[in-house]
Amino acid sequence: MSAVVSEHDELHLSYGKYITGFLLSILSTVAAYLLVTRGTSTTHVTEILLACLAAVQFIVQLVFFLHVGEERKPRWRQLILLLMIFFAVVVVLGSVWIMYNLNYRMSPQQMNQYMQNQTNSGL
Amino acid sequence: MSEVTTLDLKRVEAEATDKTTFGFWVYLMTDCVLFASLFAVYAVLHGNTFGGPGGRELFKLPYVLVETIVLLTSSFTMGLAMLALQKRDKQAVVGWLLVTFVLGGVFLGMELSEFHAMVTEGNSWRRSGFLSSYFTLVGTHGLHITVGLIWMAVVGIFTLKKGLTDTVRKRLTLLSLFWHFLDVVWIFIFTVVYLLGSLNI
Repeated sequence: MSAVVSEHDELHLSYGKYITGFLLSILSTVAAYLLVTRGTSTTHVTEILLACLAAVQFIVQLVFFLHVGEERKPRWRQLILLLMIFFAVVVVLGSVWIMYNLNYRMSPQQMNQYMQNQTNSGL
Repeated sequence: MSEVTTLDLKRVEAEATDKTTFGFWVYLMTDCVLFASLFAVYAVLHGNTFGGPGGRELFKLPYVLVETIVLLTSSFTMGLAMLALQKRDKQAVVGWLLVTFVLGGVFLGMELSEFHAMVTEGNSWRRSGFLSSYFTLVGTHGLHITVGLIWMAVVGIFTLKKGLTDTVRKRLTLLSLFWHFLDVVWIFIFTVVYLLGSLNI
């Protein structure tokens, strides 16, 4: 009977998982830190490596601390997590893209050119 | 006969807990979308320093690394509290909650003193678009930590007074989700704001 409750109530937790998660997250944090402070040349490779380390940390937190993936079917939590990730990516990348584009198209030079064209055409 | 009904009752209760946890999970995910929009604002405005200092001049990375490790450790000790909860060990639950509370308090204190130093140097949110978005993003996370600490204190007192009842266990489970979630958000703040902001590209 208690098995029924514990199965729903709490997932089966173990020390090993938490300790592994903790060590992995500390390691990837320190690795990312050293990459920035000790890195001799900062290129776009550094940025990509940092993004990868952040992704590793994200997955470690999700799997070892938030127990994503241990849920039984139907996996509603996982579904809504994926939906959130999709929204987040669209919001962040979309904003950056559109604002970059706007800056580019509305740079002072372009605006001057535009106004000059308007004046020349008699407006 | 009565055996069957208690079993059914337990199952109904367990399903209710499941629903509460799921509802809370939905809240956490929508909170993530809130943070995503603040990250988007930061990503758009981080270059607009208006002649003021940028991230490279302002951020003290060793300090932020200590902050991060403190928060990661607090997430771990919250996990240990959940393990103690699984073993129904009230003393250990309260003990680990206390450790988590202290670590969270240290993190919040470090963050506030960082903010204080920046503001007294004249680099408040009024200085530039970059600083406005920085203070909004990191400040919102700090606000969540503050709420988490208050919640932790309340649940801790409940645990001490009432013991590990069903309600207290449910609240502890939700609190641990919230705390781990704040850790996830901080990882992105650490990488996007502090580490990428300190690169000289």
